[in-house]
Amino acid sequence: MVADTDVAAKVEAPPRNSVGPIAWIRTNLLSSWSNALLTVLGLYLAYEVASSLVHWGLISATFTGADGSVCTREGAGACWPFITAKFAQFMYGRYPEPERWRVDLVYLLALAGLIPLMIPRIPGKFWNAIYVFVIFPIIAYVLLVGGVFGLLHVDTALWGGLLVTLVVATVGIAGSFPLGILLALGRRSKMPIVRWVSVGFIEFVRGVPLITVLFMASVMLPLFLPPGVTFDKLLRALIGVALFAAAYLAEVIRGGLQAIPRGQFEAADALGLSYGKKMGLIILPQALKLVIPGIVNTFIGLFKDTSLVLIIGLFDLLGIVQLNNADSKWFSPTTAMTGYVFAGFVFWIFCFGMSRYSQMVERRLAAGDRR
Amino acid sequence: MAVVTSDRGRRQAAATQASFLYRPEVRQVIYQAILVILLLALFYMLIHNTAANLRKQNIASGFAFVDRTAGFDVSQSLIAFNSSMTYGRAFLVGLLNTLLVAGLGIVAATILGFVIGIARLSSNWLIARLATIYVEVIRNVPLLLQLFFWYFAVLKALPPPRQSLSVIGGGFLNVRGLYLAAPIPEPGFEVVAFTLLSGIAAAIAVYVWARRRQTLTGQQFPVLWTSLALIVGIPLVVHLLSGSPLAFEYPELKGFNFQGGMVLQPEFLALLLGLSIYTASFIAEIVRAGIQGVSKGQKEAALAIGLTQGQSLRLVVIPQAMRIIIPPLTSQFLNLTKNSSLAVAIGYPDLVSVWSGTVLNQTGQAVEVILVTMCVFLAISLITSAFMNWFNRRMALVER
Repeated sequence: MVADTDVAAKVEAPPRNSVGPIAWIRTNLLSSWSNALLTVLGLYLAYEVASSLVHWGLISATFTGADGSVCTREGAGACWPFITAKFAQFMYGRYPEPERWRVDLVYLLALAGLIPLMIPRIPGKFWNAIYVFVIFPIIAYVLLVGGVFGLLHVDTALWGGLLVTLVVATVGIAGSFPLGILLALGRRSKMPIVRWVSVGFIEFVRGVPLITVLFMASVMLPLFLPPGVTFDKLLRALIGVALFAAAYLAEVIRGGLQAIPRGQFEAADALGLSYGKKMGLIILPQALKLVIPGIVNTFIGLFKDTSLVLIIGLFDLLGIVQLNNADSKWFSPTTAMTGYVFAGFVFWIFCFGMSRYSQMVERRLAAGDRR
Repeated sequence: MAVVTSDRGRRQAAATQASFLYRPEVRQVIYQAILVILLLALFYMLIHNTAANLRKQNIASGFAFVDRTAGFDVSQSLIAFNSSMTYGRAFLVGLLNTLLVAGLGIVAATILGFVIGIARLSSNWLIARLATIYVEVIRNVPLLLQLFFWYFAVLKALPPPRQSLSVIGGGFLNVRGLYLAAPIPEPGFEVVAFTLLSGIAAAIAVYVWARRRQTLTGQQFPVLWTSLALIVGIPLVVHLLSGSPLAFEYPELKGFNFQGGMVLQPEFLALLLGLSIYTASFIAEIVRAGIQGVSKGQKEAALAIGLTQGQSLRLVVIPQAMRIIIPPLTSQFLNLTKNSSLAVAIGYPDLVSVWSGTVLNQTGQAVEVILVTMCVFLAISLITSAFMNWFNRRMALVER
């Protein structure tokens, strides 16, 4: 080997096989024999899945038609006219057609409040929050239920589809918030009875499946009430869901409370704040901010779990799809599959969007702690 | 629920100056007394109302119904059951079915979850991407929808028995379920079974001994190969030497249906598939977080002292990752067990479907039936978490 020390080293381009797409493929896909084998296997798998999806959803799918007979031919793919024909039902259930603008208006009002609330740069968060958490629920209730201001009363038995899914999930989480906070505080209380009651409730609810809680709400709740008092079916489900979510939320909030340094509690005490002021002004604002991702995750879980209300006879998005799959007019071998794929896609959009948002918030919060 | 804390400074000040009612200790007692009274009043009201409602609707109370004849059949049961047996027996059938699907689901979900979790960290870009897509798709779609998908759109759309799909090993898959060959033990099989059991026992003993020797001397022992030889090898040799005393009964198409063999019903298959695939996506995330949670220096140190890639993973990274993985894994196991109650939606005869469904409808005794269901799930939860806590303590870091 000859060392040419007197020649100034020229800046040379890196070797051709260490940059560019070929090098990328070599390091990421073909770094060893076993890796190359895995790549081939992965390619095969990806090709199989993607090609059968495209084949089912596009190539052999049916796009127009008035009933299920268009989808009954041999080897037919997705039956999309089923979705177009039933779309309104999937969105509103049996909500009377002339009144559906009210549901749309509620969605619009919700978006008008939520979008600015979710984008960190937009100011006025306080009034925005007041709108979303106080004013909007009242407007939404009046619009959806009706019976006042000349609006036609719409019985909740007629509600269905995505509307019920959204109502159960949002009301469930909002209703569970106060109880969840109380349970979290109770679990950390120094008073033994308060602590035992909180722990007992939280562990009991977390130990049983949601379906039994819903059964309890739908079958046992009417027995608990004084004779003659009856509850709307949707309201019963909401109570069950809210109680269930409260236990999970309490554990999330407890995590936030535990993350607040002792000094904060002591400083609040030193200022002579009462318990309520200490928690409401000093501790909870910090603790809740810390656990926003956890709360969003609980909400995603709840959003998916709302599909369980179909077991107690409510028609949420999945319930209404299930109901329409059995429609004899649209009978075909692929109707059920098409319905589930559509419902799955709607659920997926919501859940995936929320989980991405919570990851974004998590990064932002972490950025504040990085000094 | 009002709550008050005592802090020492205030307490002392209160003891000397403030009135009796302002003392934190006194207040605590008062608040708790109010809570107890409220709770008692609530329970009294609930019980009173329930009793009145039940009287009005002429529904009996108590557990006398458990001994009455059930009068319905169950499509799948691990113990003998027919319609002339009691509600109590039906409860047992449902419970065993729940435990069966939960147990198998936990095993399948753990294996699949670990594979996908490790695949997400693969240096192979394609494999990591595919694993990510799997996780993001599966965990963002409700489990109930997935169960419906597997049951109504996949398994119920299979061809009728005459056009069954063949499965390797002489099995058949059709709309009525998965038909598999059933093993039939012949005389002499006890010996093979005995060798198998003692092989498992010996393997456990070898594992314990090897661990102890490794902690004492640092020398490793090829536990995996020894165990394989003990559990698979020796029983297989004994099996062949004793003339293969295990026959298989293959399902055969007779008329419109299959006879013989054993059948896994579509409800069971759909539930098992749905639960394992759904839970695996969560376990994969836990595994990934666990492995990423082990600091990079540990792996580099392991490679620096000359361990191979595999050894560093097996001896250094995985044992430490397990400490992070086990607690959330426990709650996934519990979730899977609780989610198995969705069986009621596709008609698999689990505890909720048989007991809180059929039995509740027949007897009308909602309070007793639902309370028992809840207590069973609570008990399963408590036992599982007790076991996993014990396991976790064993795995936990022993600090000085």
